[in-house]
Amino acid sequence: MKRFADLHLRVPLNDQPKAESMIRKASELGYNLIGIPLSPHTTREQISQLRQICRDTKIDLATRVNFSPRTPKELLQSLRRFRRKFEIVAVRCHTKDVARQAAKDRRVDLLQFSATSIRKRFFDESEAELASQALSAIEIELAPILQLTSFSRVRLLSRLRKEVTTAERFKVPITLSSGATDELLMRSPHDYAALATLFDWPMSSALRALSETPWATVERNRKKLSPDYVAPGIHVVGRKTGD
Amino acid sequence: MIKRERRRYLSLEVVSEQLLNEQILLDAVQASVHRLFGEYGASKANLKLIKTILEKRQFVICCSHIMLEYVRAAIASTTEINGKAAAIHVLGVSGTLRALSKKTPKV
Repeated sequence: MKRFADLHLRVPLNDQPKAESMIRKASELGYNLIGIPLSPHTTREQISQLRQICRDTKIDLATRVNFSPRTPKELLQSLRRFRRKFEIVAVRCHTKDVARQAAKDRRVDLLQFSATSIRKRFFDESEAELASQALSAIEIELAPILQLTSFSRVRLLSRLRKEVTTAERFKVPITLSSGATDELLMRSPHDYAALATLFDWPMSSALRALSETPWATVERNRKKLSPDYVAPGIHVVGRKTGD
Repeated sequence: MIKRERRRYLSLEVVSEQLLNEQILLDAVQASVHRLFGEYGASKANLKLIKTILEKRQFVICCSHIMLEYVRAAIASTTEINGKAAAIHVLGVSGTLRALSKKTPKV
């Protein structure tokens, strides 16, 4: 049975009842893992409180941080400071320079582009080539497809069709996530996969982008963040205790 | 002999604060299919309402099996019914009503 993940569930952290109800809804809809974006300065107590809510609803939590840097330098600074604090690092690329830097940096997990401004979607062939060498995935949020209407939605779908083709050609992983801010924008994994057919992506690939791809990202990062990790391919298998 | 059209039965659950009836729901789904796939797509989908359980806000509709993915996409893209915020979730899909009731015991 597939294990589904929604790596971008934007729960309101200052409204605990609503956050709890969104997490419960995600569990009811069939997700096994959710990624909640947190502020870089979130305390350990806040994270453990969220973990407790997720444990109660029998769902796994991946901590996530979204960076929106204005320059590549700012991105590098943020990565240096916060990479080891979160399980998923996503970068919203507002400029081409930032997009290129994010695509080639191995510490970046997800590349995000604007859903409303098509000109700011910098995922072209050069970006795909850089991303394919650095393991970063492109993240497609599905809530904007629900929210946008008429021509904005047409333009977005047309752009996504191109991006998905480019990503598949360069073997860049694609992650589908909800980006939902409200329960009414949340859908089950199969419904989101059906929405992906609107940009000519087969259901089977879309379901993979909601299950295997995000799980692989989270598990790889959890291994890296574990105290037993030394370097790629090297990890501690046991420790000898002193006499 | 004319080959019988293959159909798919979908059980749906509506999340909305307003009162609903079967016609409102069917209109909302049909409008969504029409918006996304036009008159040609809507005619191929051949949507019909089969069953309603109003107290649970659940409905069973059927559509042509070749349009299943498109109908599902249209249902998922519904964000309002009668001008008010709403969401429709697909609880299960099957080729027969009997199998559907086994898959989704709530219906």
